[in-house]
Amino acid sequence: MRLITRRLVSLVLTLFVASIAVYGALFLAPGNPATLLAGGRATPAVLREIERQMHLNQPFITRYWEWLVGVLHGNLGQSYVYRVPVTTLLAGRVENTIFLVVYASIVIILGGVILGVTAATRRRVSPIITVGTSIGLATPSFVAAIISITVFGVDLKWFPVFGAGSGFTDQLWHLTLPALALATSWLAYTAQLTKAAVREELSREHVETARSRGIRARHVLTRHVLRNAMIPITTVSGLTVAGLIAGDVVVEQAFGVNGLGSFLVQAALQKDFASVQAVSLILVATFVVINGAVDLWSLALDPRLRAGASA
Amino acid sequence: MSVLDLEHLAVDLPVEGRLRRVIHDVTLSIAQGEAVGVVGESGAGKSMTSRAVLRLLPHGATVEGEVRFEGRSVMAMDRTALRDYRLSDVAMIFQDPRAHINPVRTVGDFLVEALVERGDAKADALRVVTALLGVVGISDPQRRVKQYPHELSGGMLQRVMIASALAIEPKLLLADEPTTALDVTTQSDVMVSLDTQRRERGLAMLFVTHDLELAAAVCDRIAVMYAGFLVEDIPASQLHRGVQHPYTAGLLASRPSPTVRERRLFAIAGRPLSAYEVGDGCGFASRCAFANDRCRSERPALRVVGASRVACHRSEELSGQLSSHNIREATHD
Amino acid sequence: MTSSLASRGPLSRVRSRRSGSRVDTVVVVTGAFIALLVITAVFAPWIAPSDPNFGSILSSNQGPSAAHLLGTDSFGRDILSRLIYGARLSLLGPALIIVISTSIGTVLAIACAWFGGWFDQVVSRVADILFAFPGLILAMLAVAMFGPGLVAPVIALSIAYTPYLLRVIRSEALRQRNLPYVAACYVGGLSARTICTRHILPNVTPLLIVQATLSFGYALVDLAAVSYLGLGVQPPTAEWGIMVSTGQSSILAGHPQESLFAGVMIIVTVVAFNLLGDRLAARQSTGQS
Repeated sequence: MRLITRRLVSLVLTLFVASIAVYGALFLAPGNPATLLAGGRATPAVLREIERQMHLNQPFITRYWEWLVGVLHGNLGQSYVYRVPVTTLLAGRVENTIFLVVYASIVIILGGVILGVTAATRRRVSPIITVGTSIGLATPSFVAAIISITVFGVDLKWFPVFGAGSGFTDQLWHLTLPALALATSWLAYTAQLTKAAVREELSREHVETARSRGIRARHVLTRHVLRNAMIPITTVSGLTVAGLIAGDVVVEQAFGVNGLGSFLVQAALQKDFASVQAVSLILVATFVVINGAVDLWSLALDPRLRAGASA
Repeated sequence: MSVLDLEHLAVDLPVEGRLRRVIHDVTLSIAQGEAVGVVGESGAGKSMTSRAVLRLLPHGATVEGEVRFEGRSVMAMDRTALRDYRLSDVAMIFQDPRAHINPVRTVGDFLVEALVERGDAKADALRVVTALLGVVGISDPQRRVKQYPHELSGGMLQRVMIASALAIEPKLLLADEPTTALDVTTQSDVMVSLDTQRRERGLAMLFVTHDLELAAAVCDRIAVMYAGFLVEDIPASQLHRGVQHPYTAGLLASRPSPTVRERRLFAIAGRPLSAYEVGDGCGFASRCAFANDRCRSERPALRVVGASRVACHRSEELSGQLSSHNIREATHD
Repeated sequence: MTSSLASRGPLSRVRSRRSGSRVDTVVVVTGAFIALLVITAVFAPWIAPSDPNFGSILSSNQGPSAAHLLGTDSFGRDILSRLIYGARLSLLGPALIIVISTSIGTVLAIACAWFGGWFDQVVSRVADILFAFPGLILAMLAVAMFGPGLVAPVIALSIAYTPYLLRVIRSEALRQRNLPYVAACYVGGLSARTICTRHILPNVTPLLIVQATLSFGYALVDLAAVSYLGLGVQPPTAEWGIMVSTGQSSILAGHPQESLFAGVMIIVTVVAFNLLGDRLAARQSTGQS
């Protein structure tokens, strides 16, 4: 229990510092946001008025504090470009992003583990999977995107290549290619990792014990090999989460999916600071929180770790 | 009737794509309730012999000869028969319980696994194994079954392993150096526990060890292995009265006696040979003080000499010369 | 794709059964490919068959032909020439990222190992927080601050890659620092700087090379992603990420060649760096054991 508290405290601290970094980074940017907000021609008086309205004349600490309090109350600030609350702009987009990332995660976990176990246990297909995963690992999500658009979208016309669709089945249909593109490299990574972990476990003495006792091969695989191989696979899945969050930005852009990622790209190009801050914070916070959850999940998986960490 | 028969067992393992012989020729029987100690240096093929009994060989291994359990060929068993055989007839106690018990599952899970696999209800199985933990000398069994392996000492874990073997009520126990990985102080406790339970239940046992004295203490017969050959099979009671094979004599001589102060510790000259290095003659010829030309060119067959079986051309000539004292003298000259 | 890929590290535990002294085909082939790529990039003006920025609308979107071996893009420019010129920025950017992040990472890592204490604590904490920022997100923050281009993303990605390299090198430097020879040097009166630069640094160098090689591929992917998103160098500059992006509009019209060839170049280059890094790592671990 104390262990969990300690992890939570460190998680909140990381989030806090990350929020300062996100906010501070743009504070340091050259140029006056007021000029941007005022548009083309603005008298010094108008600029001062905007600065007053947006609290741009306040010191950094005050402005950061106001922003943070706002964020904690669900107010992510006012878009500099669209002059509406960022939350309004994000509504509807968040859903697409979550759908896409969850879809890709399922593909990665299922595909990666199945391929990895197959590569580890079937000697014949193992080399094929190894070559395939090496190429997959080196395939950036946007290259995977254009390949899948070319093959499945244009040549075979199986899937749409643009937009996110509406309603569950339509969304599923629209987001299949984006999810596959997003999953490619991480699926390959998970497969290689699973293969290595399963091979390692298969050679362990306790697996020999289970075999010697007449435990069915299927049960040996699930209860001992996979169960134990889950530990290294889980430990690095935090990386996969970071990869998915960053990859999401690229894939949304590639398929014209209206989500957080494509919004962030737009906002960055338009120097819409409030929006960039808001989305970056959401993405970073998501990563930190999921990583924390992964951490706790590894503790749950490995009793030795529990003992070592609480000692 | 014998529980286990090994008939001219030979095993090859794949090493870097080629088959390499690890066991040449082992013929051995274990009667009901009998304990046989398999003794030899590391690499002699002892462990592989015990694994062959369970058909627990690495992928790609080939086996010649036969392993029979109660007359049935183990090598010919189909998958279901093999599973039933492992589930109910034979139980193995491994050398290093820390490595041989899954570290992320509870002790209770480990103990009931085979029983549940066999179809017992989990609650019943748990009752059985908890009682068994008490029998093998573990205090507070109710608490132990909920713990993880890392929370138990090595000695306790080996008792858990013994309990798991007893749980399936097998007819034959295989013990592969069951005390070697333990602290010296707990070795004898664990060994006594294993020995007591085996005798009470009248189980047959194949006991693999490099410790000749220990084998003699807990076994009825000793089978000595060298470089993949069974070189001598002798009643434990005969061990100090008259061994027939120079290698067995060498093993006996190389144990320093705590009561006699030696001028110099004895060791069998030369390097132990691996099974695949053996040429045409006797595997031990290169290190034997009594070897002659015939020993180096013709492989001796296992034959009955008195109460023993021995694979040595010169065992009759040498009878009486193989005392520890003579061995030491013969070697030092 | 993100900087966190850099820490994926070598996956293969495969120990080559061949002895280390014999020539390793994988190292030779991948090394030769990478060398060839670098030569092509450097001598692009002499090697490229046509001007990468000149094209005629009349000859747009042509398939492969004798005049244009890989065809032309939507502006009628020769794709092969653009790939050849594109290799320059596509390789230079990641090279800068790796040089900057390994330099900073190594200096900090050795300093952490040497001083320990609060310095080590502070650096490690800062690195921990940087881990929370996927490289691409940092790059986008940088672009929002300073505008698109090569410089801002390269600096941002360098910062994002540093903690990964720092962590790997720090543990090795720490191991070296605690070996008896360092104490012997110290007792022998060598200065801290001499010990660090003459003894610890050379001993972490093999690991450094492996990590830099493995990270290179991922830096290439990340930077190409930045260009693809339109946040890096801008068209009409020839660069592989940009080519994938500009070619995308022609895919729907049935002319995928520009995007596909640029994408394949990225994949092949990254595979080469990964294989080389993996193999170097495997050789290193066999050498140690």
